[in-house]
Amino acid sequence: MTTATIEKSVPRKRLAINSPAITAPAASRLEALTPSDWALDVRDLSVYFGTNRVLKDVSLQVRNRSVTAIIGPSGCGKSTFLRAMNRMHDLVPEARVTGAVRLFGSSIYGPEADAVAVRRRVGMVFQKSNPFPTLSIVDNVKVGPRLGGVRQRSVLDERAERSLRLAALWDEVKDRLNAPAVSLSGGQQQRLCIARALAVEPEVLLMDEPASALDPIATARIEELILNLKKDLTIVIVTHNLQQAARISDYTAFFYLGELVEYDTTSKIFTGPARQKTEDYVTGRFG
Amino acid sequence: MNGTIALPGESKAAAARIGKWRLGDPLFKWLTLAMALVVVALIVIIGFVLFHWSALARHKFGWGFLVSSEWNPVEDRYGALPFIYGTLVSSFLALVIAVPLSLATALFLTELAPRWLRQPLTVLIELLAAVPSVILGLWGIFVMVPWLRMHLFPALRSAFGFLPLFKGPLYGVCMLAGGIIVAIMILPIITSVSREILRSVPNLQREAAYALGATRWEAIRVAVLSHARKGLFGAVILGLGRALGETMAVTMVIGNRPEIALSLFAPGYTMASVIANEFAEATTDVYLHALFEIGLVLLGVTLIVNALARILMNAMAGANVTRRA
Ligand SMILES: Nc1ncnc2c1ncn2[C@@H]1O[C@H](COP(=O)(O)OP(=O)(O)O)[C@@H](O)[C@H]1O
Ligand SMILES: [Mg+2]
Repeated sequence: MTTATIEKSVPRKRLAINSPAITAPAASRLEALTPSDWALDVRDLSVYFGTNRVLKDVSLQVRNRSVTAIIGPSGCGKSTFLRAMNRMHDLVPEARVTGAVRLFGSSIYGPEADAVAVRRRVGMVFQKSNPFPTLSIVDNVKVGPRLGGVRQRSVLDERAERSLRLAALWDEVKDRLNAPAVSLSGGQQQRLCIARALAVEPEVLLMDEPASALDPIATARIEELILNLKKDLTIVIVTHNLQQAARISDYTAFFYLGELVEYDTTSKIFTGPARQKTEDYVTGRFG
Repeated sequence: MNGTIALPGESKAAAARIGKWRLGDPLFKWLTLAMALVVVALIVIIGFVLFHWSALARHKFGWGFLVSSEWNPVEDRYGALPFIYGTLVSSFLALVIAVPLSLATALFLTELAPRWLRQPLTVLIELLAAVPSVILGLWGIFVMVPWLRMHLFPALRSAFGFLPLFKGPLYGVCMLAGGIIVAIMILPIITSVSREILRSVPNLQREAAYALGATRWEAIRVAVLSHARKGLFGAVILGLGRALGETMAVTMVIGNRPEIALSLFAPGYTMASVIANEFAEATTDVYLHALFEIGLVLLGVTLIVNALARILMNAMAGANVTRRA
């Protein structure tokens, strides 16, 4: 229902007339949420690469069991933000993260936090599909549970099937589970990567432009499965496709030059954003 | 596009350019093919020369040459078995020692070492490859062998002396010393090729593993090693090829005694060493031809071992996908 109304409202450009540049604080609509609704609570997050500050004091709360879209022109720090949510920056020696990120209340950068444990709770799907090429389809999905210490064959099989079903891939691959993962099409490989991430049973799933390399049909399948997944988990998705953000997300954050310009419900961002910059971007005036 | 009309001169130049490329492409193809054929032809010619110059020995000893352990210049009777044995065992020892070390070093260089350490270490390892074999041999005789005899060998004997491999008197120069020196010789090549292979593993693969909650070692195992397995095997084969043909350094520390002993502390002899050592003193024609035949056998062994390794590599890579299901 809501997605349909948003979809219709995207192309409208009347906003420029009746909303002059407003400099009120963003994220007004989200104030009604209580902390127990938050899957992720990000406070004053900054990320530096060497001396280059790429993300600047970003604060936002991601609602549990919802889809939150991150939009903004390329290079504005969307991926950098996303990768701070599962501590991927730990792997880059010159990267430095300041501020706080809480995952269901517990700090993921705190002294007692463990990056490996965080990544098991916060899964990630990358822009370019990256199945393990030497493994079969089903073994790709089993890697996560195996790393988590699951040894029992029946449990692994069951987990693999469930994840493949959730990723809407099961029917296409059930007869060739032992075929190499690279024998799948591009869209199937991306769904395999989603299944692989789901098999770890994460609470949050980060997706970095997961459909940007796919054709419209494969993209539609991924969008459909995202809408299904939000019943069970929280999804944060980076996308450069504004229609996509409007179609699938409940909340949208607009980033520009490393700053969070505006964060609100998706319908507000696309139909009546508080900031001129947001409006310019969602009406296609730049980006 | 239709909108652009080429000027006559321009199109002629373009046509000439295209024509040149049309000619250039097959030319390049044929040239590379010719080069490849030259390499094959060289091997065939070398094989033929060795075959031709070993005629006397082949007629006198027949296939028995391959299984005879006698090496008797006084009575002019020769057999290749101790040398085949020495080459295979010393190369095998070298691989056993060098492969784990090289792979660990390559992994350290690509995955674990801090950035500032990577370049200097790489250069150092490549310098090791630049040390001439004979210099390494000298170091082997005067530094390594005495040290081995004083420290490592006694320790090995007291720990594993119950195995026939580590029994018997310690001369210092022996099969194990030969294996160690060959290991040192092939370490740089295996390391630097492995390093290139590991570096070629896309970072996205590592990130995929980390994102699933892999620890550093798990990410290496799941994403890096499985991805690079075939290439790493190739690096090992390259090292094996070097090991089989390694001559100078191993000659200086292996003891040069044509005997087959089970103990690694006993002196041995390799095919390459006997050729290098005894060429000048091959006084009879049969002696000379026997050395040539050893050369022929060495060439054959090298080709066979390489072929086997390659077959194994392909079988391994193919079995990969289905095995773990
Ligand atoms: N590993 C890195 N090292 C240095 N700079 C980086 C690195 N990753 C990203 N950046 C820089 O951070 C900025 C934001 O990048 P990114 O978050 O990938 O943008 P987006 O995903 O919005 O297109 C870019 O200017 C990029 O050059
Ligand atoms: Mg990006």
